[in-house]
Amino acid sequence: MSQSIEERLFTIRYKADDKSHLVIQDQLVCATCTDKPCNFFCPSDVYLWHDQERMTSVAYESCIECGTCRLACPYYNIEWVYPKGGYGITYKYG
Amino acid sequence: MADERFDAIVVGAGPAGTAAAYTMAKGGLKVALIERGEFPGAKNIFGGVLYRKQLEDLLPEFWKEAPLERTIVEQRLWVLGEDSVVTLGYRDNRFQDPPNCWTGLRVKFDQWFASKAEQAGALPIYETVVTELLRVDERVVGVRTDREDGDLHANIVIIADGVNSLLGKSLLLHREWQPDQVSLAVKEVIALPKQTIQDRFNLEDNEGCTIELIGQTAGMAGLGFLYTNKDTLSLGVGVMVNDLREKRIKPYQVLDSVKRHPMIARLIQGGEVKEYSGHLIPEGGFDSMPPLAGDGWMVCGDAAQMVNAVHREGTNLAVTSGRLAGETAIAAHRRGDFTYHTLDAYNTAVKASFIHRDLKKYRGVHGLLGSGDSEQLFDKFPNALNEAIYQMLLVDGVSKKQKQKVAMRLLREAAGGNMDLLRLGIKGWRAMNG
Repeated sequence: MSQSIEERLFTIRYKADDKSHLVIQDQLVCATCTDKPCNFFCPSDVYLWHDQERMTSVAYESCIECGTCRLACPYYNIEWVYPKGGYGITYKYG
Repeated sequence: MADERFDAIVVGAGPAGTAAAYTMAKGGLKVALIERGEFPGAKNIFGGVLYRKQLEDLLPEFWKEAPLERTIVEQRLWVLGEDSVVTLGYRDNRFQDPPNCWTGLRVKFDQWFASKAEQAGALPIYETVVTELLRVDERVVGVRTDREDGDLHANIVIIADGVNSLLGKSLLLHREWQPDQVSLAVKEVIALPKQTIQDRFNLEDNEGCTIELIGQTAGMAGLGFLYTNKDTLSLGVGVMVNDLREKRIKPYQVLDSVKRHPMIARLIQGGEVKEYSGHLIPEGGFDSMPPLAGDGWMVCGDAAQMVNAVHREGTNLAVTSGRLAGETAIAAHRRGDFTYHTLDAYNTAVKASFIHRDLKKYRGVHGLLGSGDSEQLFDKFPNALNEAIYQMLLVDGVSKKQKQKVAMRLLREAAGGNMDLLRLGIKGWRAMNG
C-alpha cells in the first residue's frame, strides 16, 4: 500500500497563498552545489533542480512547513518563513 | 488590534503555549493566545503519546472529557532485521488505573486543550503569524503580527512557537539548529476497523499498544513507531537530519521500507492512508537548550528543545514548562517587575523539575548519535542481533557452544571488533547516565 508522494500530499488540506513563503536566495549557489540534497531530504518534494534551466524550482504549494530545508540546505540558501496566518497546511488528524 | 495591551502574550497554541495561557488566565492575567494555524493543532503532529501526570497537574481528571485515543497497557520494542524481528515488551493492567498514558491525535487534542485556556479567559487570536518581537532596548514589549495594525503589547511574551522557533532565533537564543540537533519525522494515519485493530494487537475495548521500531532506517540514526488509535494506526519514522542529508534517500521512502517489512505489513494490511504528515523533532537534548528567560520573555516546549528522545516524551515536558512559565508570569505580575531578575524564577523552576533532570541524564545521547556510529547502532547491530538469535534458535545439529561463538562473533563484527564493542558499550552507558 505504498503510495506516490502526490497521493500522500492529496490527503492534506492546503490553502495556498499567491506568494511563496520559500525563496531561493541565489540560484547560482544551487548551480554550484554538487549534492543538491534538498532534492532528497524534503518530505514533500518541494525542491527540484532543472539542468537545462539551471535553476531549482520551488513547489511551495506542497510544503508541509516542517523546516528541514531551512536548516539542512548546506548554504542556507533558502529563505524560509511561515505562510501567512491561516494559510498553508491544515491537518485532519495530526 | 492597535493599542491593545495584555499582561501576557503567548505565541503558539500547542501544549506548551496553551498550558502557559491556561495557567495565567486562571491566575487572573489578561492573556492573548496567538496561533498561526486555522485553529490550534492545525499544523501539529506527533507520534504520539500523551502522558497523564503533567496534564493532571493542570486539569485534574482531564481524561474523562479529553479526546484521547487508547489507554496504553502494552509497550513493545521491536528490533527489525531485514525480514525478521527481535521483540521485547511489557504489558500491565496497572497502567489502566490510574491511566499512565494514551495515544492521541493532535488536531483534536490541541483544539480541546486550547478551548480550556479560552474558557479560563485567554483571548484566542488564531490564523495569525507573529513576524517579530517588539523590543525596547533589550526588553521584549510585545509582538508584531501579520494582521493589519497588528502590533500587540504586553509585559511578558511567552515564546512557544515550536521546533523552528523563528522568534527564539531572532533573540539569538540559537543561531540555527544544526542538522544533528533535529530529526525529521514522517507519519501516516492508517484507518482500519476498530475490531481489526484489536484483534491484530491483542487488545480489548479501549486498551492500546505502542511499538517502537529500531532498524531498517537505511543506516540512519532514527526510530520508527506504530501506535494504535481507536480506529486508526499511527505509523511513522524519524531520522536525524544530518544523516538524511548525507544518504540522499527521501524520507517517505524510509517510511515505505518500514511499511513493507513483513512484520509491519501484516499489521497495516488493508488499511487506508488517511493522512500523511511531517514535522521536525528537537533532539539536541540538554546541551541544546537555549537560555529560558530574559527581560520580558520566556521560552517553552519544543522551542526550548525540551524533548526526551530516549523515552519519546515531549508534550509532557511542554505542558510542564508552559505551566512553570505561567506561574512565573503570575508572580512577576504581582511584583510588577518583568525583568530577567524576576523571570529567572522560571529557569530555577525548570531546573528543579523532571525536565532538567531527565534531559541531563541523557545529555550524552546526542553526542553518541552524532559521532558517526549511526550505521553501526541503527543498521549493523539490529541485523546482527536478528541473525545471532536466528542461529541460536535454529536446531541444526551444530553444538550450542559453537552457536554461542557464532552469535558473539556476529555482534563483535557489527561493532568492528572486540575493542569497538567495548567502546560502544561504555559510550552508550555513559550517554544514558550523564
